[in-house]
Amino acid sequence: MRPLTRHGTRRRAARTVATVAALSTAVLLATGCGVTRGAQSDDMTMLIPNSPGGGYDQTGRAAVAVMENDDITGGNVEVTNVIGAGGSVAMTRLMNAEGDERTMMTAGLGVVGSLYSFGAPYKLDDATPLAQLIEDQEGVLVPPDSPFETIDDLVKAWKADPGSIVVGGGSSPGGPDHLFPMQLASAVGIDARDVRYVPYDGGGPLTTALLGSKIDVGFSGVGEFTGQLKDGELRLLAVSGEERLAGDNISDAPTLTESGIDLVFTNWRGVLAPPGISDQRRAELIAMLEEMHETPEWQQALEDNGWIDEFKTGDDFTAFLQEQDQRVATTLEELDLL
Amino acid sequence: MDNLGLLMGGFGAVLTPENLMYCAIGVLLGTFVGVLPGIGPAMAVALLLPVTYGLDPVAAFIMFAGIYYGGMYGGSTTAILLNTPGESASVMTALEGNLMARAGKAAQALATAAIGSFIAGTIGTLLVVFFAPALASVAVEIGAPSYFALMVLAMVSVTSVLGGSPLRGFIALFIGLTIGLVGLDLNTGQPRLSFDQPLLADRIDVVVVAVGIFALGEALWVAAHLRRSPAHVIPVGRPWMSRADFRRSWGPWLRGTAYGFPFGAVPAGGAEIPTFLSYITEKRIAARHGKDEFGRGAIEGVAGPEAANNASAAGTFVPLLALGLPVTATSAVMLAAFQGYGIEPGPSLMTDQPDLVWALLASLLIGNALLLVLNLPLAPVWAKLLRIPRPQLYAGILFFAALGSYATNLQPFDLFLLLLLGLLGLMMRRFALPVLPLILGVILGPLMELKLREAMAISGGEVDALWSEPLAVVIYAVVAVAIIAPLVLRTIRPAPAAVAVDEGLAGDTTREEETVR
Repeated sequence: MRPLTRHGTRRRAARTVATVAALSTAVLLATGCGVTRGAQSDDMTMLIPNSPGGGYDQTGRAAVAVMENDDITGGNVEVTNVIGAGGSVAMTRLMNAEGDERTMMTAGLGVVGSLYSFGAPYKLDDATPLAQLIEDQEGVLVPPDSPFETIDDLVKAWKADPGSIVVGGGSSPGGPDHLFPMQLASAVGIDARDVRYVPYDGGGPLTTALLGSKIDVGFSGVGEFTGQLKDGELRLLAVSGEERLAGDNISDAPTLTESGIDLVFTNWRGVLAPPGISDQRRAELIAMLEEMHETPEWQQALEDNGWIDEFKTGDDFTAFLQEQDQRVATTLEELDLL
Repeated sequence: MDNLGLLMGGFGAVLTPENLMYCAIGVLLGTFVGVLPGIGPAMAVALLLPVTYGLDPVAAFIMFAGIYYGGMYGGSTTAILLNTPGESASVMTALEGNLMARAGKAAQALATAAIGSFIAGTIGTLLVVFFAPALASVAVEIGAPSYFALMVLAMVSVTSVLGGSPLRGFIALFIGLTIGLVGLDLNTGQPRLSFDQPLLADRIDVVVVAVGIFALGEALWVAAHLRRSPAHVIPVGRPWMSRADFRRSWGPWLRGTAYGFPFGAVPAGGAEIPTFLSYITEKRIAARHGKDEFGRGAIEGVAGPEAANNASAAGTFVPLLALGLPVTATSAVMLAAFQGYGIEPGPSLMTDQPDLVWALLASLLIGNALLLVLNLPLAPVWAKLLRIPRPQLYAGILFFAALGSYATNLQPFDLFLLLLLGLLGLMMRRFALPVLPLILGVILGPLMELKLREAMAISGGEVDALWSEPLAVVIYAVVAVAIIAPLVLRTIRPAPAAVAVDEGLAGDTTREEETVR
């Protein structure tokens, strides 16, 4: 199945799934079949910072499914979608659960940006970072009749007159689809403030705008456009990661570094625990995620969703979060959005 | 006519007794789940989708088609009976539908909704069969300027539902527009009117506003007068539509279909604008014929919007099948469903997997027909629900209103909002402010802003981009005619139509004011 978007219609659609889950839970509780989570049990909760069907949800639920199937946690893992403010609401709940050793949260690049947008007084590494699970590449997309045949054509025209290129993305400012064109502009020597960015409410509206040639170029997660790329309705000029991706009309697209642009940009997702948990529990949780990562089911989930296997834990992950936080802050500062 | 042959092939594959049974189960399940408040068609489909897994693709399709139409119809049922619309598309149905129900014509309202849905769904699906690829390529050419022009048209039309007192109407409209401003500004990422409440950053859901103002406001209003007003028993009414009802319904059914389908077929159309335009049109036509029952339960006000809603839903199959673009919550759920059945929507779908597509379209037509057959006899049964004594009935409405609002986002905060909006609804009734302009403000304001900002962002602030598309120019011409024509007519001869419009709503307001005193 194609990964669903972070925002927009698919989000609303997906929200319904959450409701359904909640209603069925309510029914279960009402009929007394519900499982009570006692202090002694090994049951856990996984917080998801957006709605069902979104990127965080897919990653979080895939991880939980593997952990439950292989009985890695020794109990049930209940998934709770905490929707609001681009992940800030979920992050606030995690920070408030200080010392709770039975809660985890799926987080990613979009949450970093939203914490800045909403002026939250904490960063991701203020919680207890456990592990990065996956990476997702962004792509540079144009309509089939676009004058730009390569990423070089685009960069040349863009540098000549930054105001002549209208850029679209599927996230509001601070989100991955916004940060990527801004960092790309900076990398090729364009003032990020000159970039004409049009935010769309998710991948669907962005695709429409590209198909109708309303914008010159779109920046978004490649996975959402595999259908259109395969059919030649859209063209992929470049991918943002370290290596090329596989797929019809996708494997031809070079990475930015291959094209002589010094930028590697990836959207990533990982797992955090609340602040103030014991070192022993932190090690246990990391061990569970490592065990999950080794299973064939997880490798299958990576393949099915087109995710890149980028797994790092503990202090490596903490260092990575600090570096990401710095990069987001720099980009937003350049744009005077901080 | 090649397509017709292929469609017949689809019917051949689909029509077996076993498949029909699956379809009937789907329709019933869909209706019963869709009837639960707060569960619109999108949620009903999402909820019941797993039921179809494990069946072979054709059986799964036809069951799915049943669930889909059942869920759509179930949503209208609660809008009509309990005044709790499950999604923004059924807000217009709730307006006159609930008034009809309270006048003892619930069965007729439900019947006209069911037949209207059937006609609109059938015409819409046939249009998809014959024109989907052609329409899809035209539809993506329509950009933000044209959508903005449509919003201007809708906004101008709002003035005709302001009610007897334009001042009160505008107050309500601007309260609605203000509520629509709350939340994150998509273009800059800045929170607006959110008072540092992260939960307000994601905008106030239209469903919560509609349920709060309609259902909760009404329940509080009734509660405030329960002791002083005599127990008003809802008349039983006849169980079936009369010949006159049919005569008054068929026009709105067809006009609603004509409004709904194009809006569904364009990627950012949605069902809100066509249901609203249909409502306005029917109101004007009724007024011109001097038979304006709007504000007291006009059957045209149910038949038209309900047909528009369903035709728009059928229209969404155009971008969904031809481009792989989900444009509404329901179609996003369906996209996931199709992928589960092995259909990969996109430009090559019609050539790659014709068997599955034609089986799907045939299933949709059969599901639609079966819905009518199963639900028409049920309309009088549902209507009996309203004969529950008033305290228990309103207690039930309050319960379902709360459940519905909570179910939208799963945030307890929405219950607090619901209560606040319910109090606002009570105050509006107390001061005879019409509620319709408020709801329209909440729906239209954000859409209008979104499209204006998008057009401006693409053009780099050049205002003339707003009339850069042919369709936009045409719509502005329509708007100009709509504004100028009545003025000209009034100068030539005193227009009875305009007076009738005012009287219709003035009568409504006066009644409410009388109740106040």
